Amino acid sequence: MTDQTSRQATATFNIDTVEHAAQTPDTELPWAELGLKQNEFEEIVKILGRRPTAAELAMYSVMWSEHCSYKSSKVHLRQFGEKVTEEMKKDLMVGIGENAGVTDLGDGWAVTFKIESHNSPSYVEPFQGAATGIGGIVRDIISMGARPVAVMDPLRFGAVDHPDTARVMHGAVAGIGSYGNSLGLPNIGGEMVFDPIYQGNPLVNALAVGVLRHEDLRLANASGVGNKVVLFGARTGGDGIGGASVLASESFDDAKPSKRPAVQVGDPFAEKVLIECCLELFKDSLVEGIQDLGAAGISCATSELASNGEGGMNVELTSVLLRDPTLTPGEILMSESQERMMAVVTPGNVEAFEAVMAKWDVEYSWLGEVTDDNRLTITWNGEVIVDVDPRTVAHDGPVYDRPYHRPSYQDALVADTLRSAVDAGRVAALPGTGDELRAAVLELMSSPNLADVSWVTKQYDHFVQGNTAMAAPDDAGVVRVDEETGMGVAVSTDCNSRYTYLDPYAGAQLALAESYRNVATAGAVPKAVSDCLNFGSPEDPEVMWQFAEAIRGLADACQQMGVPVTGGNVSLYNQTGSTPIHPTPVVATLGQFDDVSRRTPSGFHRDADGQAVYLMGVTRDELDGSEFARLRDHLGGVPPQVDLAAEKLLGELLINASRDGMIDAAHDLSEGGLAAALSEMVLRFGVGARVSLDEVMERDGVDAFTALFSESQSRAIVAVPRTEEVRFKDMTTARGFPVARIGVVDAASGALEVQDQFVLPIEELRERWAATLPQHFG
Amino acid sequence: MSTDLPLIGDFSTAGPVLTGARVGVVTFPGTLDDRDAARAVRLAGGEPVALWHAETDGGAALSSLDAVIIPGGFSYGDYLRAGAISRFAPLMDAIISAAGGRDGSGSGLPVLGICNGFQILTEAHLLPGSMIKNDHLKFICRDQALRVENNATAWTRDFSVGEEITVPLKNQDGQYVADERTLDELEGEGRVVFRYVGWNPNGSRRDIAGISNAAGNVVGLMPHPEHAVEAGFGPDSGHGMRMGTDGLGIFTSVLASIAGETK
Repeated sequence: MTDQTSRQATATFNIDTVEHAAQTPDTELPWAELGLKQNEFEEIVKILGRRPTAAELAMYSVMWSEHCSYKSSKVHLRQFGEKVTEEMKKDLMVGIGENAGVTDLGDGWAVTFKIESHNSPSYVEPFQGAATGIGGIVRDIISMGARPVAVMDPLRFGAVDHPDTARVMHGAVAGIGSYGNSLGLPNIGGEMVFDPIYQGNPLVNALAVGVLRHEDLRLANASGVGNKVVLFGARTGGDGIGGASVLASESFDDAKPSKRPAVQVGDPFAEKVLIECCLELFKDSLVEGIQDLGAAGISCATSELASNGEGGMNVELTSVLLRDPTLTPGEILMSESQERMMAVVTPGNVEAFEAVMAKWDVEYSWLGEVTDDNRLTITWNGEVIVDVDPRTVAHDGPVYDRPYHRPSYQDALVADTLRSAVDAGRVAALPGTGDELRAAVLELMSSPNLADVSWVTKQYDHFVQGNTAMAAPDDAGVVRVDEETGMGVAVSTDCNSRYTYLDPYAGAQLALAESYRNVATAGAVPKAVSDCLNFGSPEDPEVMWQFAEAIRGLADACQQMGVPVTGGNVSLYNQTGSTPIHPTPVVATLGQFDDVSRRTPSGFHRDADGQAVYLMGVTRDELDGSEFARLRDHLGGVPPQVDLAAEKLLGELLINASRDGMIDAAHDLSEGGLAAALSEMVLRFGVGARVSLDEVMERDGVDAFTALFSESQSRAIVAVPRTEEVRFKDMTTARGFPVARIGVVDAASGALEVQDQFVLPIEELRERWAATLPQHFG
Repeated sequence: MSTDLPLIGDFSTAGPVLTGARVGVVTFPGTLDDRDAARAVRLAGGEPVALWHAETDGGAALSSLDAVIIPGGFSYGDYLRAGAISRFAPLMDAIISAAGGRDGSGSGLPVLGICNGFQILTEAHLLPGSMIKNDHLKFICRDQALRVENNATAWTRDFSVGEEITVPLKNQDGQYVADERTLDELEGEGRVVFRYVGWNPNGSRRDIAGISNAAGNVVGLMPHPEHAVEAGFGPDSGHGMRMGTDGLGIFTSVLASIAGETK
């Protein structure tokens, strides 16, 4: 199997050895083309005490890219570590810095999850970009020693009616479906947002969840002198060369040539086999350390394994199995070919390792071994072409504390509230009559961001593995972990980038609040957070201010809510020309169920007929940045008030109510407010409800329009069986959390009735709600 | 050699075996729903036994088994044609022979092919016809209503003819096609076992969702009954969210057939 001869003649290019580099200090090197800045190149020369070889330059250029080194974000990301309390660390088995964070679930079980971006590749080549986004995050999960059990995909595209949106949407959805479905991973949720701000820079984020027994935990380090280093999985080809340094670390510019060759091509079958093969390796304890090959390929895997380990590593690069024999050493080091893993194996396990490879028909090649010299040495037919301290490549890259300042436009933006725009005649008068409110609800529910997303979700398998207890369109995705006890996890990803644009600090907190709320609404106890921080160029001080504020806000909020950030990813340079995207820190919260059979459905089922409908929380006049404001093309003012104490209390109440069987349905209020939440609850199973706004209007001092469309936070609707009403009210009163009994579930009505305002038959609502995406995408 | 499937849904976390029947579940590279099929067998009261596609002594492996399920997935990635490579697996020869051969006349080992398994059975010519890409060209996952057309097979005896059931459907290449004569034969011999009701999700000829061989021991079915066997993890139903368990009847049927219960 180990095909040392597959490498054809090596003489088509000259090998730039370390010795040669030392003798030719003045050779011109293409550091600028590889994305390095002058000061960075000079730093490399200083570290090495000579010019880098071509191969070394390739390694440093990808590993010191923004994507791999976090050089602009590091100084801010530290807060996630600094603001973690001992209490928050209690169940944290592996924190930030490894391939993915790991959280203890008890009974010997643990869960790992992580969210990542694959934005730029998905714009250039939507199908492969999105597909390999799934592939990459799944390999992160495997490399922790876990079996992947679910994926989610938060997506943000340009305007729904822009011709290019269909290209990106069709490609990305098909790519995610094709790859995820073929891997046998249930797709349990995500987000779908359309906004012109993402027209030239869509966001394709991917989240994966994995489950492991404590003893199966693996880390990416190379230890044990004499242990063998093996590369296995797909062969190395010319795809994705420079993906991290070129694509993910620069913005798109029409003047540059097409970057299609920098996008990787995925093979989900190879990955599925790789998953099973790795799980068998873990089960038999055949690997000491393991690392997936993602951004920066072999450069990253070798330098991180060596840097994390105690010693060094020696690798013979001609042993790498290739798809394309003409690749240069630098290209081999930079290639981002998919479905590859690198592992460290003791000599005693080599034979057993090879047997597992043979069983699954996976190709592998032994590249070298762990040494005790603290150097990463890479040879080419025995000639040294890389000789570096691996820490300088993997961990001690440049760090920039980039300048930032509040944007010059921010004051005017904040002053421009929806109501002031209405008063000034720049936005049409707000709906007031019952007929106007009815029309507004239909307009809202058929708008692209609230319309039925089943056009997307029905292209994803959510049944496979047989453990899915909830999936889209419910508030959170829920999968069972332990079949014996029913113990499981819930995950939700959220971000409202309109809020974050208006106030990055508060907006990032609201992203956490919403995902936390979704998980709690499902009935799970929030335990951990992963974040995908999508922003514009860090070289723009106004973007950097958004970034700094958002991180500060999110870290503060995580501390207050008691949920640690366990990992994630930063995606910068998301902009078209000089226009950055809205700051989009997508937050994924993971929660735990003792028994997933207690999950609370997010709609009214016919068994809930006659149950009381309660609105939990207070409604304020908060319409700025709302979905209603979006319908009127308005974006200004300040986002809804953040009240993390109320958010936490609401979560506790919802979890207790679920545990004690006090509620049969629950749905959080977010985009579109009460109008959207009620609509979604009646649409879920086609069972109607009759509600009155009177109590809320009187108690909170708001009009009917505000009651329906305000996006005040820390609110949820629940359906309470008559027999549980006393207990439910006692509980909320004792905790001092305001609730209002707004109506009843009414199966016979077949409608959403808002008394004194309007009656909306569910079929009429469904027709409008379901028509939008098919109308645009076929 | 049988394969161990680690962690989630491990075959070894078995429940009570009510019948003593042993049902093999085949894993090919790229098989996805093997652990799910094994769980369904277990929940129905049987003992699932993992089978590896590369098993060379298939006869011996099958000799201790009472039935075999070829589960769904994307074996070999479906890169050539769904099921086209898997049919050449060493184990498939043994399954074809144990099932009574390709003419379908001899009664033999009960075999169920689900989704990719159905595709493999048609490629292996244990069942007639073929599967092509869905007519709308997209992958589709939905709760699918089916009508049971034949309850005389080894896999459907616990249903009544005309009964409507709901099980998940999820496929890319689910459009069942055959020439008119074959279709007429299938209809005439009562070998159409399941038909799509309400909406044909993939353009299958005559709304066919599942068929059997002449003897009724080999059944192929495009939708996934193994995903409707456990309340809370199945399709939505009148009993609530994900409460549908209509698929369980497929697995209890084969256990009853094995036990030789008379109907």
